[in-house]
Amino acid sequence: MNDAKAGGMFLPRDREWQPNALAPDYKSSIKRSPKSKLLSFPTSLSEETSPIFGHDILGEFDHDLIVNYAKQGESAIGPRLLVHGTVRDEMGRPVPNALIEVWQANAGGRYRHKNEGYLAPLDPNFGGCGRVITADDGTYEFRTIQPGPYPWPNGPNSWRPAHIHFSIFGHGFAQRLITQMYFEGDTLIPLCPIVGALGSQDAVDILTAHLDMGRTIPMDMCAYRFDIVLRGAKQTYFENRSEGL
Amino acid sequence: MTEENERLKESPSQTAGPYVHIGCTPNFTGIATYETDLGALMKLGPVTGQEITIEGAIFDGDGAPLLDALVEIWQADANGLFNSANEMRGASDPNFSGWGRCPVDMETGEFRFETVKPGRVPWVDGSLQAPHITMWIVARGINIGLQTRIYFADEVEANLSDPILSQIDDRDRLTSLLANEDENGTHRFDVHLQGPRETVFFDI
Ligand SMILES: [Fe+2]
Repeated sequence: MNDAKAGGMFLPRDREWQPNALAPDYKSSIKRSPKSKLLSFPTSLSEETSPIFGHDILGEFDHDLIVNYAKQGESAIGPRLLVHGTVRDEMGRPVPNALIEVWQANAGGRYRHKNEGYLAPLDPNFGGCGRVITADDGTYEFRTIQPGPYPWPNGPNSWRPAHIHFSIFGHGFAQRLITQMYFEGDTLIPLCPIVGALGSQDAVDILTAHLDMGRTIPMDMCAYRFDIVLRGAKQTYFENRSEGL
Repeated sequence: MTEENERLKESPSQTAGPYVHIGCTPNFTGIATYETDLGALMKLGPVTGQEITIEGAIFDGDGAPLLDALVEIWQADANGLFNSANEMRGASDPNFSGWGRCPVDMETGEFRFETVKPGRVPWVDGSLQAPHITMWIVARGINIGLQTRIYFADEVEANLSDPILSQIDDRDRLTSLLANEDENGTHRFDVHLQGPRETVFFDI
């Protein structure tokens, strides 16, 4: 029989590549990292299915953080950005209908959140959240402003590089992922203990978006490209479907 | 294998951080950009099967509840069918989403899901798994989402023959995966990230 049935549809996650639960320089991970080894099993339908969201959930400005919290006729302060990319699986197949939710600090590095105490001011026209769903070819894009770096209580003088948080749904719950996008050339990247939880420079590079002059809109906004890869299925759902016919 | 060479690496995970609510449950944190927070309701109308409540909290290595975590669950309906485009075996209950998302209470750390008791779902060899709910936990200090499963303490026979539970020899660890029903019919499922009661986490 085919190995997808014998061993689960999704490729096992490469745990050497992914960050360890414990990254001692990232203080919060010390008391929040399980000590026992994860128990590995092949995926079954419980992880091979997932909620899949329709474009109908999206509001007109969900993809535009520059205006989606702003008063009529106003917009958020900060360098205007287009962020775009393609969501693929490990086999290189585009993933359509992937829900991407993003959140970020404002241009001064301040989040709109009750527990946030950084002295940089809130921007009355910036909420900091947006969402998009990938097109048939796996592509997505959203508009935002350049987030600022910010200090945080980790070591005596810890700073986060500028970043945008991403939450991604694929087609199987096994693919569920939260990560962060960094910006090419940010000198805070190598100093950050959260980035440091990544096991290799290759992993850091994959999370670093590149300036994309080809998509930059003259006299309007710079573009950054950030591609995302989700766990791969050994067979596609289409193949799975035809098997059942 | 040439295919091996062409494989891409999965995007590495990074922590959701303490402000995950802004992106995933903005209404919960006072940002009304979207009409509702996704996953707030799992029952979208009258549902088939036994309606249950699941409550719990997530405890760190000091025994303190996490106050900034986000929990998601994904499960089959009462007949063991998933509300997913990938469900090829039949139509699931249209009034049951199967997916819930809950930020823990910022003062108490409690999460709560109003859902239905899931039916049994096949394992890779076609045998039936015990009723279970997939749980995924993200928070500040968690570098990659933690995956576990909620099983039901009263499903004694199904649990005994379950392909996953039957491979966990340590009785205490096994118990960490069982939700217990209290006198009000609420199923309690606490998660311990460390310590003698550390929950079993999966790599599935
Ligand atoms: Fe952040």
